[in-house]
Amino acid sequence: MFPKWYDRWNSENPTNILGPAILVGAAGGAVFVAAAWWAFFEGPHDNVAMQTGPAGTGMHVARFVTDFERQDPSIANYFTLPPVPPTEDSLRAGDVIEGAEPLLADLTVENYERLITAMRVWTGIEDLLEPGLENYQTVVARSMIQMTQELNELWGAKVNQNPGDRNVGVSCYTCHRGEPVPSHTWFKLGDVNMAAAGWSANQNRATVQSQFTALPSDALEKFLLEDNAINVHDLEPRVSRANMNPATIQDTYRTYALMNYFSNSLGVNCTFCHNTRAFYDPAQNTPQWTIASLGIIMVQEINNDWLVPLTEEFPEDRLGPVFGDVAKVACATCHKGYQQPMHRLDMISDWPELATTGAPFYD
Amino acid sequence: MFRPEYQNIFTQVQVQGAPEYGMDNENNMAEERAFTPGFSSLAGWLGNAQIGPIYLGWTGLVSIATGLAWFVIVGMNMLAHVGWSIPEFLRQLFWLALEPPSPEYGLSFPPLNDGGWFLIASFFLLVSVMMWWVRTWQLAAMHKMGKHIAWAFLAAIWLFLVLGLFRPILMGSWSEAVPYGIFPHLDWTTAFSIRYGNLYYNPFHALSIVFLYGSALLFAMHGATILAVTRFGGDRELEQIVDRGTASERAALFWRWTMGFNATMEGIHRWAWWFAVLTPITGGIGILLSGTVVDNWYLWAVEKSFAPAYDGPYGYEGYPGTGGVPAVATMGGQ
Repeated sequence: MFPKWYDRWNSENPTNILGPAILVGAAGGAVFVAAAWWAFFEGPHDNVAMQTGPAGTGMHVARFVTDFERQDPSIANYFTLPPVPPTEDSLRAGDVIEGAEPLLADLTVENYERLITAMRVWTGIEDLLEPGLENYQTVVARSMIQMTQELNELWGAKVNQNPGDRNVGVSCYTCHRGEPVPSHTWFKLGDVNMAAAGWSANQNRATVQSQFTALPSDALEKFLLEDNAINVHDLEPRVSRANMNPATIQDTYRTYALMNYFSNSLGVNCTFCHNTRAFYDPAQNTPQWTIASLGIIMVQEINNDWLVPLTEEFPEDRLGPVFGDVAKVACATCHKGYQQPMHRLDMISDWPELATTGAPFYD
Repeated sequence: MFRPEYQNIFTQVQVQGAPEYGMDNENNMAEERAFTPGFSSLAGWLGNAQIGPIYLGWTGLVSIATGLAWFVIVGMNMLAHVGWSIPEFLRQLFWLALEPPSPEYGLSFPPLNDGGWFLIASFFLLVSVMMWWVRTWQLAAMHKMGKHIAWAFLAAIWLFLVLGLFRPILMGSWSEAVPYGIFPHLDWTTAFSIRYGNLYYNPFHALSIVFLYGSALLFAMHGATILAVTRFGGDRELEQIVDRGTASERAALFWRWTMGFNATMEGIHRWAWWFAVLTPITGGIGILLSGTVVDNWYLWAVEKSFAPAYDGPYGYEGYPGTGGVPAVATMGGQ
């Protein structure tokens, strides 16, 4: 089956391949033994299956024990200071510190200093809210403090969701984790394919926003910035001309892309929220589906009410490369791949200043 | 030196000699045979070692030309999508696709860059496949054979036409067609099941799976049986039926004594043919009904009372001790 020149060259150049053969065989054997050793004694690791629905539905989230037990590393780096309850002698920060941030001027000096120190650690911005400094970070911080207060006060059903009776809430650290620009933010991508239009242009590329699938790359923009219908199902079994379900197969791709993003952002799978035999049926969804639905509205509110209005404030190099849009949030901005951000680390008890839009309540 | 033996997946005996040209008949079967025959040991391991001659005919030539046109249009569009960059083309190859038109164009002809090329490519693919089908019919006629191969091929073409022609027309939009791309056509399959309320509740999908798995089972049984009696010449079906103790009789007796029933040399192929053919026929019916008649197969199953009900709560809180409730953070740092 080999060409004649090949056979001729081989017969004219006899070579003893026993040595190399033994070498290759020994190396291959060693790899095999090592792989077998690993398989028997090291891994694959045991996994835990978190059951999420009735037996028979196959609803569970399977995770390696090693992954399940691993804590979000940013918990260890969390910086916090207990509040200093004001006394009758306490001085108002606005009266003592020249150029104190007006938004926080009513705090006592101790608590003002404490909060500014923490916010600088949380965001990694060393001169954040430095008295007299009026740059874009000051403007953004002002808005973000108000946003955090409002999230804790008005979105308790979402950010305080927990089976126990303890506070959770959010602070600057929930998104920032010590970085001036939080990770897992996103910009509008627009068309990802060249020389194409419509549904030929917005899909079929491995991008971060398509979760490296061939699904559309604009799901976050369409569902978490704009408010388009996510549901694609007909709630009647039969096609009816009077009551046509408008969702196309292309809409289904986009919804599927969003769902991929959800599950990767939380480190879960479809059956964490859905009984996959009837994705749309609330009676067969888990309570987590309800929380995720709240999360969708919360993210839309954060993006549209808090971040988009700040677009003009940011310098050009902090804006999106294609459309010059502001960096926006989605599930992963807080969750970072974990089911609950920082495993429900208590952000409230130490920080009454961020827990409410009104005057902080010191216990 | 290594030689394939009968236990091997490769053919045991290779015959290579003067090329076999086959017989002619009054249909001028031997006419228009192209290419000088040769031999390949590699091909011989898998089947007959002789390669060629081949009959293309005008149908074959049209089929290859139009098939090539489809292939080049799809490839060039993918290349255009990555700005004619070869490295990016290779990197994104499994993600890239030639997509059908966007839904707003319905059954009209869309711009070239939004599905126009898809329709042109699809037209060429349609001609290519149908010409190849005509060829299977013509060659069978020349050989005075039955048309079983052509009909079986037509069963596969039925599914192909349902996906790309019949169903899009019934739905009133070319956007319903399947994209030409590796991952994208798989995404289409998943999205189709999701959109129409879970295809597992579609009885024609179920039938198609039965015939698909049945085909695999029958093929495995038949292949194994024949290979098991090749030592008695079971792969040569000559004189098998009339003589006692032949490979064929042993093969038949094996199954009769195993399960009380055995196929015949003819019947096994009839069964295999029907199972294989019914796989795409039933599957095509199931696809054709989705979105045209039934819009949610799960709810249809509920209506027909074959979707089971399950007892038990939803959510991991209802199942403590299954590794469910996630850890509470222990305070670290300062």
